[in-house]
Amino acid sequence: MAERSFSASHLPGFTVVALAVFTMLYVPIFILVANSFAVTYSASLWDGLTLDWYAKAWENEAVQSATLRSLVIALSASIIATFCATMAALGTTRRRAFKGQTLIYVMINQPLMVPEIVTAVALLIFFASIKVATGYQGLGYLIAAHSAFCIPFAYLPIRARLEGMDLSLETAAADLYASPWMTFRRVTLPILAPGIIAGAMLAFVISLDDVVITEFVKSGGQDTLPTYMMGQLRRAMTPEVNAISSVLLVLTVLLLTAFFFLTRKND
Amino acid sequence: MTMSPAEIERDKASTRNAWALSTPALILLTFAACGPLFIMLVYSFLTKGQYGNVIGTFSLDGWRSILTSEDIFDPGVTVWADAHLSIFWRSVKLSVLTTILTLAIGFPTAWFIATRPPKSRPLWLFLITIPFWTNLLIRTVAIFEVIRNEGVINTLLIWASVISAPLQITYTDTAVFIGMVYVYLPLMVLPLFASIDRFDMRLIEAAHDLYASRMAVLRRVILPIVRPGVIAGSILVFVPSLGAVVTPRILGGGKNMMIGNFIELQFGQGRNWPLGAALSMTLLVIVTVALLFYVRVSSRENAHG
Repeated sequence: MAERSFSASHLPGFTVVALAVFTMLYVPIFILVANSFAVTYSASLWDGLTLDWYAKAWENEAVQSATLRSLVIALSASIIATFCATMAALGTTRRRAFKGQTLIYVMINQPLMVPEIVTAVALLIFFASIKVATGYQGLGYLIAAHSAFCIPFAYLPIRARLEGMDLSLETAAADLYASPWMTFRRVTLPILAPGIIAGAMLAFVISLDDVVITEFVKSGGQDTLPTYMMGQLRRAMTPEVNAISSVLLVLTVLLLTAFFFLTRKND
Repeated sequence: MTMSPAEIERDKASTRNAWALSTPALILLTFAACGPLFIMLVYSFLTKGQYGNVIGTFSLDGWRSILTSEDIFDPGVTVWADAHLSIFWRSVKLSVLTTILTLAIGFPTAWFIATRPPKSRPLWLFLITIPFWTNLLIRTVAIFEVIRNEGVINTLLIWASVISAPLQITYTDTAVFIGMVYVYLPLMVLPLFASIDRFDMRLIEAAHDLYASRMAVLRRVILPIVRPGVIAGSILVFVPSLGAVVTPRILGGGKNMMIGNFIELQFGQGRNWPLGAALSMTLLVIVTVALLFYVRVSSRENAHG
């Protein structure tokens, strides 16, 4: 490291492209947020600043009920998905290869591989016949669908955490006459907790974002925030959409920052 | 390796345990993700109902009408369905172009992140991760804000007197292309970063010492090692591009459909569920082939490395 005049890893032009890419990624997002403060949609920021669109969105009953519905679904789905993913991760990690392992992996990761529109259509077909057969039209379908596609997102950080865990701690607990359940509750679970919380947060964000599957599964009058926004976009664009987007954006960034610190501190 | 009977018994018990613990996840996924795919396969072989849904009689019309249709003026005569073909062509073309451009600009970006000092590297990585986890709809709206007729690009160009009337970018293939590159770029950068991060930079110095040119270093030293990342990133971008729905819907409008929108249409105004189901199965097969290709290539790379 004595001579730094020649840096082998520096390739000409790469830094310029990289910085341009970061600019390109963030400028549209900043413009979106800035336009949520615009007086009129067409003239953008030139006419002055206002918080009216936030107030309008806040008072809009359709937005209120869509927000509530989004939160109920995302919360239920992330709890169910995290529970299932934790169990599956405990069963499938830290052990020698077993029969059917690949099948379980493929099943769990399937929502990451199958295009969303394909799952959405298949669920429409399946749930439509259940809806006719049972007459039940409630939120259960959306919660089931969201829970299912959130499982791989919850599974990955939990599995990563488990794989990095020191097995000797559990052995030590067992040597000290802790029952398997006691070992799990007092040793495994506390160490696993950051992974579980991280998994739940990712599942929450993923559920909150979904448009396509929700559009196909929902019954009448079951708009979530993203499908409500989608509906607004089909009509005329107003800065109200920008205002809702900005709030969702801030929420996502806050959750991700928490996730960032949660997974980093315990490396 | 031979196992004692007790060991075999313990192994069996632990396999049962693995399955038991995975059961809730597997049930949920079968009910609300994989299982319905089989029902859809069945639907693709049924007759379309007049107001959507299907009638329970066997028919190959769903599959047949993917590529062909009946001549409007001459019923009974089968012709190529040009409208369908142009949608498939657009989907493949835009997905390939998106993959190429994201690779071209994503590689330098991933390289830049991987060569930052260890202290600031997580921060740069985090800056890529934020858009990755941000709502796709919001990011599509964001890019719409930039390219729409009253958007920043047009306003700036008119202000600078480069153009006198706004450029119509939205509702064209170009708009969908720009949008998909913007939306899927993080999917390219993250796996590229993962492979470059493992790369030993001293190899480049060694190559330089042996009088390799920059181009030779890139081709002969860097690319072979980061190839798994390039393949992973390309698949991760190509697969969702091909199945994209939201981005082409908002930026392409009704005219510039991709396969995803075409499938969606069959379950809406099109009222042709068997065709929609057959199209979905086709998309699923293409995606599965792409993923299997990836698994094969990456396992071969691992065997060599």
